[in-house]
Order: sequence, then structure tokens, then C-alpha cells
Amino acid sequence: MNNGAVLTGEHFLNGDVACAEGALAAGCNFFAGYPITPATEVAERMSRRLPKTGGIYIQMEDEIASMAAILGASWGGAKAMTSTSGPGFSLMMENIGLGMMTETPCVLVNIMRAGPSTGLPTLVGQADVMQARWGSHGDYGVIAISPASVQEMFDLTIEAFNLSEQYRQPVFILSDEVVGHMYEKLVIPPAERIHRIERRKPEKRPDEYVPFMGEEDLVPPMACAGEGYRVHVTGLTHDEMGYPHMFHTTQERLVRRLVDKIRLNADKIIRLESDFMEDAKVVVIAYGCVSRSAREAVERARSKGLKVGMLRLITVWPFPTKKLRELAGRVETFIIPEINYGQVAYEVERCAGDRAEIVQVGIMGGTVHSPEDIYDVIEEFAQ
Amino acid sequence: MQKLFDIPRDLMTEEELMQPGGLSCQGCGATLAMKLALKGLGERTVVVIPACCWTIIIGTYPHCTLQVPVIHVPFETAAVAASGIRAAFDVRGEKDVVVMAWAGDGGTFDIGLQALSGAAERNEDILYVCYDNEAYMNTGIQRSSATPPGAWTTTTPPGAIKEEPKKDIVKIMLAHGTPYVATASVAYPDDLVAKFRKVRRIKGTKFIHLLSPCPPGWRIDSSQSVKVARMATQANVFPIYEIENGGYTVNVVPEKKLPVKDYMEAQGRFRMISKEMLNAVQDRVDRRWEQLLENSAAP
Repeated sequence: MNNGAVLTGEHFLNGDVACAEGALAAGCNFFAGYPITPATEVAERMSRRLPKTGGIYIQMEDEIASMAAILGASWGGAKAMTSTSGPGFSLMMENIGLGMMTETPCVLVNIMRAGPSTGLPTLVGQADVMQARWGSHGDYGVIAISPASVQEMFDLTIEAFNLSEQYRQPVFILSDEVVGHMYEKLVIPPAERIHRIERRKPEKRPDEYVPFMGEEDLVPPMACAGEGYRVHVTGLTHDEMGYPHMFHTTQERLVRRLVDKIRLNADKIIRLESDFMEDAKVVVIAYGCVSRSAREAVERARSKGLKVGMLRLITVWPFPTKKLRELAGRVETFIIPEINYGQVAYEVERCAGDRAEIVQVGIMGGTVHSPEDIYDVIEEFAQ
Repeated sequence: MQKLFDIPRDLMTEEELMQPGGLSCQGCGATLAMKLALKGLGERTVVVIPACCWTIIIGTYPHCTLQVPVIHVPFETAAVAASGIRAAFDVRGEKDVVVMAWAGDGGTFDIGLQALSGAAERNEDILYVCYDNEAYMNTGIQRSSATPPGAWTTTTPPGAIKEEPKKDIVKIMLAHGTPYVATASVAYPDDLVAKFRKVRRIKGTKFIHLLSPCPPGWRIDSSQSVKVARMATQANVFPIYEIENGGYTVNVVPEKKLPVKDYMEAQGRFRMISKEMLNAVQDRVDRRWEQLLENSAAP
């Protein structure tokens, strides 16, 4: 495929635009958008680029419509994305649940700003982490990726599409205003070097196809409307044939599979970046824009001989529970700088129990930690 | 047509309910509109503002330009938040307070339409004002369903210019049986103030569609916004009229009809419109104007 969708070469772009380019490189051919700061640039870029690459951009009347449209597009066979920020993310919640229940591959980009409510529309926040995990009602598994650079906005948007196609569910890019608006160098590789995963199609004949029967990895192959298979998709509890079945045993099988699909494949999904961990007594855990300040602080502390390590969450969800439990046995202190009042810190606490000290370094939004803010805390605990 | 300098003295009160310190762009139509609206309404007014330019225009610490109670609410909720406030004042027996929802075109034509329709169907005793600058200007000029065909926005770029006509919000409101529906423009302040004064006495839902030029979004000089708004009315693109219990009155009849082309050429946003689209717009404008005259002549 090269219909002009992959802009191979070196660019100087912001994170929002890089995200849009990543989507196009991943094969996204439908985008439903609604303006909201600081995510508008993603939609603007898609409105310019999609018509030229054979895709379709629609500007919707609100975020409910955006999310609903990409679910529809996905069932029509498109690779679809939308982008938003806090208030829009809240409005999308019901349809996110529908996407989870109907196992619909698509990508939702949330460029986090400071909330709650209108908050600081033009300034950074990271307080949607728990909303991404638990925002829609009911139980389901979540994949959320947190890029920390313009290059990652491109690379990880492709990854998000691949994971959504592979695990058949909405995947979140949980970025933030700083990464979305920062300008950096972006290298886009040749189209043939971009790894794309497409949703698995049924190999069985239409009369033998069981549309919601998970395979070994618990993911069912997906037949879209108009591909010769009977397609019946519902947010009601459904049996393996996809038909509503109001019975607790069916609910049990379905919801367990929806959650286990991510839980049991977590090791394959989770991406972490860890440095200086061998002898670390203190570990800084960070993600998104804050991880850039955290890295600077950790490197400075190392140069002064402090035994500190750095763990960057590239995927925020599923949470690296196993890794954290293992670290908690030998690390004395976890320092978690994040732009909220303790969301990832809460998860770390859950994993570590009382085997390690948890130090949350929270900012309520509007600015990023300086390296000094984090360094001072490291110094206090690593001496 | 009434001349601009014939503004009746009693309409332009000296009391200023909108004070300096706001954060609007130069030449902002929406700001002038609020100043004039409050002159008509007076201080017994509560203002409900969803996400829109006015969220910002009102000012940030230490300034708050409006001297009446204001509540900011989510994008999609202006009409229904106003319904709740109305109910509270009714419970308190303070019937004379005007609850005014003040929303942009995105918050009215698009995301807020469901709430507006709900409130209008219940005939809530509120005033709903849509200050229409014909795109999502607060986020930087994205198309809305109030954007006219042929207009450039950042999401209707060259090659994908908007072709769809603007929703007829007045007809949508009339279809609800709304007792008072009117248009107004910052270019006709006397008419505007008179309408806001009038709605204080009308029970049920009142809807005012208010044209508010946006210099950055319309690609006009900030000194031209009132002039361009006046051209919109003179070209019949934005006629000034009101419908009270089904009866039409055209409030401003242009002395000399301006071609739509002149109105469009005064703005940078229409630079890419094709001749065919321009002709189609002119036809639609003519048809709507004739229909309006017919409606207003009906007994």
C-alpha cells in the first residue's frame, strides 16, 4: 500500500500531527472528529490528509457521534480512529463500552488536559488514567498506550492500531497536552517497513462460523458486514453466535473472556522501558511527558552515585502487575511523579502492598514536573 | 429601514452590565452582542454559558466582565441547565428573572441540539440565544453545521470545502411550536436591544439567532465586523425578522439588495468558493427571502 498515506522521510511536527500520520501509516481510512483543545490538530490533519489518501473524514456533531461512527465504520470494514480530550472522553464512555462488548477494533486518542470538567483546556493533565481503565460501566479489559515523544506518537499509534486489530477492541492512546503540542523531529520509515496487523478473518464457511467464539488467544475472528457471513452485533449479553441471551451463564462466559482476553495476554501487550535497575533501591515510575523530566532526574542522581532506577510505562494498561510485584521484593521505594493526585501510584501500591514505600509526587495539572522536583525526592529517599 | 443613529434613547441604558477586562479578539461580534443583549434584559438576568468563545471572553482572574450571575456548563447542556435554574427560580417565586442560555453555533446547531430540542418541547420559560459565528472559533475555526457552504475552515480545507447548506435553525425551533423565535444582528443594535427587552415579557421558550462576525475566522479586518454583519442582512443572507406565535414580521428590509457575491468577497473565508456554488447560494438566498416575505404578508 502506498497511496500517499505514508510520508516517508524526516519531518518536524507536533505530537498531534505525528499521531495522525501514524494512523494513516497504520492504514486508518476513516476518522470521525470533533474539535476539542488540545486534540483538535489530530482532526485537522486528518481532514486534510484522508481525502487525498482515499479515506474519509467526517466532522461529527459531538463526541458521542464520533465514537459511535468509528464503531460503525469498523463493522463496515474500515480502520477507524477518533481523537478527543477530557470532556469528550467522558461523553464517549457509553460507546466505548459498546466497542468493548461487541469487540470492535478502533483507536481512540485522548490528549489529556487538566480536569475535572473544563479544567485547563490548553494545559497538561494526566488524570484520565483511571477513567481509561474504568470509565464505562461493566467489566472489560483495557489497552492504553502513553507516548512520550513525537516519534512515539507516530510509532505507538501504529502499535495501537495493531493491538486493536489483534485483540479486537478499542485501544486508547493516552497522551497528554505537552506531548501532543511539542515539536520534535519525526522519522517516518518507508511504507514497506511499517509492520501492520489486520484483524483475523474467519476461515470457516459461513454456516460453520461462530462469530463470538474466541480462539486460543480468546479473540474471535471477525467478519464484517457484507463479507458473506451473517453479522449480528449487539451490546446485549450475547452467546457465541452473537445473539442476545439473557442468562447469567452466558454473561459469565462472555465477560470473563472479554477481561481475560487482555489479562491472559498481558505479557504480550505490556511494553516497559527500564534503566539502571540492577542495584536500584529507589525506582522512579513515570509515563508520558513526565517521564522525560523523570529520566533527566534519574540520570543526574546516578551521576551522583545514588542507586536509583527508572521504569517508564509505555503501556499504562494493562498494568505491569507481575513486574511490580517482583520489583517490590528488592526495591525499597517507588517514586511516582504524575500529573494527578495518585492514579498510577494507586496501582503501584496495590502491587507492592507494604513491601515497599510508595511516594506519589503529584501535580494537579497545568504544568509538568521539573527534573529538580523529582531529583529532590530521589535525593531524600536514596541517600 | 431604521437608520443606525435613530436608536431610541431609552433602549440604550447607561447601565453597563458588561464591564471591561474581557478576553475577546478585536472586533468580536459575540462580545458586542452580549453588551447589547444585557442592555435589553437588565440586571434581573442569569446567564448560562456552555463551552464556547464566551467561556474565555468573560475574562480570567481578576476580571469577570459580566455583572449578573453566570454559570458555565458542559458543551451539550446550555438549554437544560437553564431549565433547572428556571425551575429553582419558579420554586422561589421569582418569576421576573430571565434565565438566558448563551451558546455558540456549535453548542446550538450541533452538540447542544438535543438539549435545546428537549427544552423547547417542554416550552421551558427560558431565553436561548445562539450567537452564531458560523464555526468552532474557540478551538481555532473548525466547521460546524452552521458554517455556510463555500467557507474555508481548518477542517474543510481546499479540496474539501463545505458544500452542505447551513441548518435552518429558525425553522427547527418553529417546528417545536416555540412562542418567540427571532433573528438579530450586531449591525442592527436598536432592533437587537428591542428584542431582548421584549422577550422579558414573553412566557415559554424564546429563541434568538444572533449573527456574530468573527474577524479571525471570517478572515476580515477587526474594523470590518459590524460592516460585514450589515452586508449579511443587506444581501438577505441573514434577514432580520421575528416570529411571534406563528406570525412573521420582517424587521429590516434592505433598501437596496446587495448581491451575495459582494458579501462573500468582503471576507477571506469565501476565497475558494466556485462560481457554481456561489450561484447556488444566491438562488437559495433569493428563495428564502421570497418565502420570508410571503410568510410575513400572510394574515
